[in-house]
Amino acid sequence: MANVLAVTEQRAGALRKVSLEVVAAARLLADQLGGTVDALVIGAPGVSAAALGAAGADRVLSAEHASFASYAPDGYAATVAAAARSGGYGAVVLAASATGRDLAPRVAVLLDAPLAMDVTGLATDGGAVVATRPIYAGKVIEALRFSSSPALVAVRPNTFQPAAAGKAGTVARTEAVVPAARVTVLEVKEAQGGVVDVAEADVVVSGGRGLKGPEHFALIEDLAGAFGNAAVGASRAVVDAGWRPHGEQVGQTGKTVSPSLYVAVGISGAIQHLAGMRTAKTIVAINKDKDAPIFKVADYGIVGDLFEIVPKLAEEIRKARAG
Amino acid sequence: MKIAVCVKRVPDTESRIRIGAGGAGIDEAGVKFILNPYDEYAVEEALQRREKAGAGEVIVVALGPDAAQETIRVALAMGADRGVLLKADAIPPDGLAVAKALAAELRDGGYDLVLFGKLAVDDYNHQVGVMVAELLGLPCISSVAKLAIEGGAVTAEREIEGGIEVSACALPAVLTCDKSLNTPRYPALKGIMAAKKKPIEVKPAQLGAVRLQVAALTPPAERKEGRIVGEGVAAVPELVRLLRTEAKVL
Amino acid sequence: MAPRFTGVDFYGIDGLLSEEERAVRDTVRDWVEEKLLPVINEAYLEGHFPKQLIPQMAELGFFGANLPEEYGCAGLNNVAYGLIMQELERGDSGVRSFASVQGALVMYPIYAFGSEEQRKRYLPKLASGELIGCFGLTEPDFGSNPGGMITTARETSAGWLLNGAKMWITNGSTADVAIVWAKTGAVDDPRSIRGFIVPTDTKGFTAKDQKGKLSLRASDTSELVLQNVEVPKDALLPKSGGLKSPLSCLTQARYGIAWGGVGAAMACYHEALAYAKQRVMFGKPLAGFQLQQARLAEMLSGITQAQLLVLQLGRLKDQGTMTPQQVSLAKRNNVDLACECAREARRLLGANGILIEYSAMRHMANMESVYTYEGTHDMHTLILGEDITGIAAFE
Repeated sequence: MANVLAVTEQRAGALRKVSLEVVAAARLLADQLGGTVDALVIGAPGVSAAALGAAGADRVLSAEHASFASYAPDGYAATVAAAARSGGYGAVVLAASATGRDLAPRVAVLLDAPLAMDVTGLATDGGAVVATRPIYAGKVIEALRFSSSPALVAVRPNTFQPAAAGKAGTVARTEAVVPAARVTVLEVKEAQGGVVDVAEADVVVSGGRGLKGPEHFALIEDLAGAFGNAAVGASRAVVDAGWRPHGEQVGQTGKTVSPSLYVAVGISGAIQHLAGMRTAKTIVAINKDKDAPIFKVADYGIVGDLFEIVPKLAEEIRKARAG
Repeated sequence: MKIAVCVKRVPDTESRIRIGAGGAGIDEAGVKFILNPYDEYAVEEALQRREKAGAGEVIVVALGPDAAQETIRVALAMGADRGVLLKADAIPPDGLAVAKALAAELRDGGYDLVLFGKLAVDDYNHQVGVMVAELLGLPCISSVAKLAIEGGAVTAEREIEGGIEVSACALPAVLTCDKSLNTPRYPALKGIMAAKKKPIEVKPAQLGAVRLQVAALTPPAERKEGRIVGEGVAAVPELVRLLRTEAKVL
Repeated sequence: MAPRFTGVDFYGIDGLLSEEERAVRDTVRDWVEEKLLPVINEAYLEGHFPKQLIPQMAELGFFGANLPEEYGCAGLNNVAYGLIMQELERGDSGVRSFASVQGALVMYPIYAFGSEEQRKRYLPKLASGELIGCFGLTEPDFGSNPGGMITTARETSAGWLLNGAKMWITNGSTADVAIVWAKTGAVDDPRSIRGFIVPTDTKGFTAKDQKGKLSLRASDTSELVLQNVEVPKDALLPKSGGLKSPLSCLTQARYGIAWGGVGAAMACYHEALAYAKQRVMFGKPLAGFQLQQARLAEMLSGITQAQLLVLQLGRLKDQGTMTPQQVSLAKRNNVDLACECAREARRLLGANGILIEYSAMRHMANMESVYTYEGTHDMHTLILGEDITGIAAFE
């Protein structure tokens, strides 16, 4: 009961970055429980799983089926459950990604095992798994203790940092269970530009009402571009005004993000917005109002006209990253 | 169309939330309780579907303490027909235990559609709706932001990272609702008066075994005090320097 | 920007309300926050009532909410009705004025003094917002002294012939029907005052907006001119008679306005408090300075008193024992309080307090109208004085 199953995610045949975080979280638990980590890869034949060993997987279990190229809720859930049952794991770790939030509850029912969702911390206490997670819009941190096995946890993206753990990652086959599908995924419509999702990006540059109009979001996009793989975020006000899509909204009724760097441009810092980004490692705020509440949570702030500051900042960031 | 909507009574997260004495729950004094905002989309969707079908019934089901009857009445005031309260003085943090109680209630209802909000804003568990579907053996699409139902066929869109996932299933089905699915109506004043006369059946909740317990509740870590680096364009080089040397994010 | 309004309730008065009363209050509060506040600044600056809100207000049941369900109304008790007015005024006095006129000054007189046929013909359409109404009592030369009015109604073979002018009429230019009060007898005989339902498209009836207002700008205020306006016999409100008829309508409206004063005061207090906690001067928030704390403490004291006053008034009204003098006390007290709160909030906000971005000065300007209309502060003082002492001191 000391081994841990890490359920990875792939899209279009490539492993998603969150998979490494899932393995890292599984490794953390397995080390405490004194067991090994098996990383489960579900997809069409040919998903490259090389990075998983380096991230800490002792074994890679590959469940391949043509119908698994994209998410198939019934098949994925049945496959995870079958793998979990056969391995006698003490814990099963998934990502609390969009797919994970749909998949994990199904697995919980199939295994008749409770599920802790959106987990930001993992520990053990006398052999029992303890999962820590934020509740009440991040105002309280809850530690949940499992009193049964396996413990099912879905970890928040961008929280468990993959570390070089250098395990073998030996590949083995496992059964792809394909029941009659009750739900079929018809297609995935890619967002324009195929940009990084705000909840998974390492750097988020967010814009608010201070930008005065949707056309000025070009400044935010440019600054995000300057950082390389940054995502664009938005406050609720600009999403409600129709300037930016809902998928970019950061905050209580949008997404909760935990990037290494969060840059808030022209955002005053209403409580609901802070709830969505206050766990970012570093917060930078740019606002013309020195009394804006955002400055209270920002590590670094610049007071002034964002229309002058942001282009200059983008320029300096590009120089710093190149040099 | 016979539609069930599962709703939850939650604290308004704009209230000051304080950990209660004993550290096992929050201090409810002075906390305002509301209908879970994501459940509003579910109630609205149910009402619109019933209106589109021309006939039908919308039943609101809640699991919670006695005071949750007030929450059910908000949904009745919006236009739902009747309510069921599965009474439980404390809602366990184990979503599966809750799902089992709801599934037991819904199983023999003959519902065409069972709707949930995608998550509750107190616990953010994001699981009960999908679990109920799985327990009932019904198809489920979660976090639905756009929905079409034609004949008995459901087509739904949900947000995923970097795009939209389009899924299909057949009725009867369970759906969990996301923001932007619709615009929930305000409970009209006449509706509030009418809600008083609509029936709410109260019965004990048949919770499953609770195998997840709260070990501790703590406040979030305080952020270190930050600082204003400077004013205007002139402060930019210093900011970049700090991001590189101090914060080490570049 | 102030955080979302969650009310002011220092004495747990919510616990004295029933579940429906709270639910009604919450619907209006949420609607004001989400639908009214985003459009009010523009309407106020441009000087017109935001008409696009009428269908929403009607659908939610804001008009004539305390009138019976059989006429298409919500059938609420008077505390719930008061809470509607409180929350609307928290948004803007001009919008609350619209609802007061429609409900208490147009629907109420038709309900109280009209025939069953008139009730059935007009009330459902006024409740649904299909028809807008206005109340024509005040005249250019007769404000505090409505008994002196010179608008006349002469009986003819076909019906009635109305002549005269009314002024300061809310909704006048947008109304479909006007409840016009006119003397059917001698011009010095107030006992001959009766009410008439006048469709505003009747020949001879004109309404013109009064320009240049610096207060209650999000409200349409008009002059009405009736020049040989012919109306049929059934335009007369049969049960109306004497000055007490229009005055009883005013009592209904004043009751709602007393609650409104609480709403405006709450809005200003909430905004001032949020600002004081956030605005930093001399290295600490404004809220840490004694003089600002004194302002806030004064406001809160006044609001708490005002809340308890109208709650009891509402319970008395529901019991059927409320007197007009009790309404006078509440209207006078609560509107004066709101004027004070608005002004003190405006001052606490400093320079920012003169901007439309903050609501204090808009409330401050509005409350001057509310202080003056529906019985001036001074008139209510004398009403109370007469009631207390038995001696009328109006002249």
